[in-house]
Amino acid sequence: MSTTHAGSHADNYVSYLGNGTTWQSWLLTKDHKRIAILYLISISVFFLLGGIFAAAVRLELLTPQSDLMEAETYNKMFTMHGVVMIFFFLIPSIPATLGNFLIPIMCGAKDLAFPKINLLSWYLYIIGGVLGLYAAVNGGVETGWTFYTPYSSTYSNSAVIATAMGAFVAGFSSILTGLNFIVTIHKMRAPGLTWGRLPLFVWAHYATSLIQLLGTPVIAITLVLMMLERAFRIGFFDPALGGDPVLFQHLFWFYSHPAVYIMILPGMGVVSEIITAFSRKSVFGYKFIAGSSLGIAVIGFFVWGHHMFTSGQSVYASMVFALITQAVAVPSAIKVFNWTATMYKGSVSWDTPMLYALGFIGLFTIGGVTGVTVAMLGVDLHLHDTYFIVAHFHYVMVGGMVLAYLGGLHFWWPKMTGRMYHEIWARVSAVLVFLGFNFTFFPQFILGYMGMPRRYAAYPEEWQVLHIMSTVGASVLGFGFILPGIYLTASLLRGKAAQAPMNPYGAKGLEWTIPSPPPTENFLAMPTVNEEVYAYAETEEKALV
Amino acid sequence: MSEAVAHHTHPEEHVAHQFHDAQQQYDSSTLGMWLFLLTEIMFFGGMFGAYAVYRVWYPEAFKLAASTTNVPLGAFNTVVLIVSSLTMALAVQSAQLGKKNRLVLMLILTMVFGAAFLGVKGIEYTEKWHHHHVPGLNWQWEGEGPREVQILFCLYFAMTGMHAIHMVVGLGIMLWLLINARRGEYTASYYNPVEISGLYWHFVDIVWIFLFPLLYLI
Amino acid sequence: MNKTLPLLPESASNLAADVDLLMILLTVFSIFFTIVIFVAVAVLAVKYHRKSEDEVPPHIHGSLPLEIAWSIGPFLLVLAMLPLSAKIMMNTYTPQPYAMEIFVTGKQWMWKLQHPEGPREINELHVPIGKPLKFTMISEDVLHSFYVPAFRVKKDVLPGRYTNFWVTPTKVGTYHLFCAEYCGTQHSGMIGKVHVMEQSDYEKWLSGGDESMTARGEALFNQYGCVTCHLADGKGRGPALVGVYNSMVKMQTGAIVKADESYLRESIINPRAKIVEKYSSIMPTFQGQISEEGLLQIIAYIKSLEQEGEAQQ
Repeated sequence: MSTTHAGSHADNYVSYLGNGTTWQSWLLTKDHKRIAILYLISISVFFLLGGIFAAAVRLELLTPQSDLMEAETYNKMFTMHGVVMIFFFLIPSIPATLGNFLIPIMCGAKDLAFPKINLLSWYLYIIGGVLGLYAAVNGGVETGWTFYTPYSSTYSNSAVIATAMGAFVAGFSSILTGLNFIVTIHKMRAPGLTWGRLPLFVWAHYATSLIQLLGTPVIAITLVLMMLERAFRIGFFDPALGGDPVLFQHLFWFYSHPAVYIMILPGMGVVSEIITAFSRKSVFGYKFIAGSSLGIAVIGFFVWGHHMFTSGQSVYASMVFALITQAVAVPSAIKVFNWTATMYKGSVSWDTPMLYALGFIGLFTIGGVTGVTVAMLGVDLHLHDTYFIVAHFHYVMVGGMVLAYLGGLHFWWPKMTGRMYHEIWARVSAVLVFLGFNFTFFPQFILGYMGMPRRYAAYPEEWQVLHIMSTVGASVLGFGFILPGIYLTASLLRGKAAQAPMNPYGAKGLEWTIPSPPPTENFLAMPTVNEEVYAYAETEEKALV
Repeated sequence: MSEAVAHHTHPEEHVAHQFHDAQQQYDSSTLGMWLFLLTEIMFFGGMFGAYAVYRVWYPEAFKLAASTTNVPLGAFNTVVLIVSSLTMALAVQSAQLGKKNRLVLMLILTMVFGAAFLGVKGIEYTEKWHHHHVPGLNWQWEGEGPREVQILFCLYFAMTGMHAIHMVVGLGIMLWLLINARRGEYTASYYNPVEISGLYWHFVDIVWIFLFPLLYLI
Repeated sequence: MNKTLPLLPESASNLAADVDLLMILLTVFSIFFTIVIFVAVAVLAVKYHRKSEDEVPPHIHGSLPLEIAWSIGPFLLVLAMLPLSAKIMMNTYTPQPYAMEIFVTGKQWMWKLQHPEGPREINELHVPIGKPLKFTMISEDVLHSFYVPAFRVKKDVLPGRYTNFWVTPTKVGTYHLFCAEYCGTQHSGMIGKVHVMEQSDYEKWLSGGDESMTARGEALFNQYGCVTCHLADGKGRGPALVGVYNSMVKMQTGAIVKADESYLRESIINPRAKIVEKYSSIMPTFQGQISEEGLLQIIAYIKSLEQEGEAQQ
């Protein structure tokens, strides 16, 4: 894109990293890029924590008996794994780090519309996280991340209120981030940056933000009612007090299913950027990928009942939910096909971000088709709440979102830090993550069809082989996740030797027209956009079909 | 979305550094507030949803519970809030016209009505306490269906409580506007904080307009 | 430790064949699209691997026919499978004639199971082969879910309300019974066995058992004094209960209510909720006095009254 080419005199500017080194300059910063780094550090801590809980779960499942830890401890482990990973890692992961860093730059703005509110979001996230940690060290919580009533509100003896409070507060962080993004995307775009020229990353975040705004408050109030029931023994959901436990499930999934799209849509945005950049080619079907993000956000609000096929909900309601669920698979399929088609006649590089993106396409496809499977009423009666479900959503959440997150982190790492990481180690890690992931979760599809229920500390002996495979895979996966932590950190210590150029991949987009790392107000002069998005080619060619 | 004001590096212009001009700042703050209110609608929506479900389940108990509410006080409060909305609208208009003294007066009136609402609400809560109609803390019900009636009281306190918290936040915003207004921060060319705070205030009033009939009348 | 790697669970119900067929169709569908994507990604990534740094690929906007094809195509395939999927679901909801009733009470962390003629069982269920089973289930505390993988069906067990499903065992054997909805510390210990037996074996097993469910229900009916008001001839202070099950009862309010299990349960624990026409609201509540299991036994007894009444006609 034609803008001011600040990179040519890149030495004469103060980067956002160099603009103050005191604690206050970080903890009270209103710079979206610094806030993104704060988020990056804090969600990495939570990812590590959630990973440790996951390791405990997988180790316990090596043997059929619950011998490594007591059933109660095991229940706490999988609950805290779920709570930490969902509320404190997956939901903020891409939006709060990459989104925070890139949305204003991609819009050609100096910052988000409300920088103070952005900082407030981070503090809310930290307060929520501290509440979650407080609960973890004060007896932990063992209700499952779904907090189903009346178990959570009446029977559990663990730190339910502190954990739910943590999720509640972190929810407001998510809402405020979404609000900030929508206003920025609507009102802060540079001259010439029309809606049709917005990067797909921005489109995906726009759709995500809509869900955050409309869905999150519903779970917030639901958790409030649950906490009130628990604290004061008053009736909302407990049948012993006149309430309806299924109502809790409706309210919970009204948010928590769209929340799945909060967790995957930003990943789709990242993959769209990576595929086009590393194919050096405009994305295939730009309008369809952008539109499908909105389609997912809208249809995603009407499918929550597919979590409740066995709950006693009306059979006709279930059928409608099943049908709509199949419909929400369509926009996801559109994206997968378009990404694949983008590589056609491209100039495809196999750099690390691309490896992660290709891995995403494969694993997300498996997550998607198994999603179609579990949404089929008849088989869901069998598969619901088994390891098939566990495998399915890990394919989407880890195979999808975490791979996209790592891909995006590698892609924009040079921009964010101004340092190049070690490419060979990065490729090794990408391959290890892909293989380890499949070893961990593929056996769980079979376990699920065999009938292994989820959240079981002990299980019948005949399933041990599959569980061992899964645990072995998980150790490879864990190793694959630790590697980036090492070589990315190392890249920061290598100093000028690893200095990243302005545009190491020859990619298009406003963020590649400014120095790495960017100056405090992003652009040295106000950018103007006067070419189409992803304008890699000089020649135009019609598609095969 | 106090961002716009809190940020003034150039007090005379009131344009925060991330914006190109006052118009962009104005548009952004207004859109931000509307989006925030959308979130609020969903927040209250969850409770209205629960209300709808239990109303269908326990229609008799709800009628019974509603009959114990103090309709005159509720109606009085409704009027108080509607009048406060009017004074709020006049405050916004005063700010637009740059009439500082009238703005201060209207803000004070709005706060007086808001405080009056909370005071009356306090009287109602006290009444409920004396009648042992506070589930979980002070609950006793001699009549039909204690469990079912209790659900409505739970919803009553959850919904009016959440609304009251929003009123308290609203009063805080009014106080902050009042302080700034007395300092003459707001002019005919810069009145956006008053305007978007007005949006919030009207929203909170509208929630009450729905709560009053649902909890008191039907 | 079992050395074999099992891939399919046993199929032991009328639903299993349909579920397995649907699963096979879905798996074929899944594998087909997974292979299409994996192969396409691999081929394109290799074939168009960057050869030189100055390559400039052509610009390709997209293709409307392709977009339509790959959004509608897979969707139609999926839609084609929905009817079978709905049929399985409906089967579990459709009352079967001559079904044997199984009453299930879930509590932390055990299953209490009983059928009208059979003895009480805990974490074990003995049923004859080939006879439709109607499950009526309730929980004494939190949510549970009754899951028999070999039957390919599960259904949540809720506190405060009955849930039902129908299934017919088709193969003799012993199968896992799981709780599939997380219910607390010993969730993974809330397991049991379902024994599907030949009719003759089943009868032999029955004769060895203790008091039947209806007998226990009758004992409770006398113990709690129900019998003093609910006289069989209809002259008592409460309505006669002979033949009441599944009949249409007229209320004081004029409403007509079907006297199913949920109605009977509500009438015991919250008698004031619905008052039968011509009777007054004098029955005390039994909430908290009779366990869920006891309620089911009383209901089984009331239902047996119907059967006797019919036999007399």
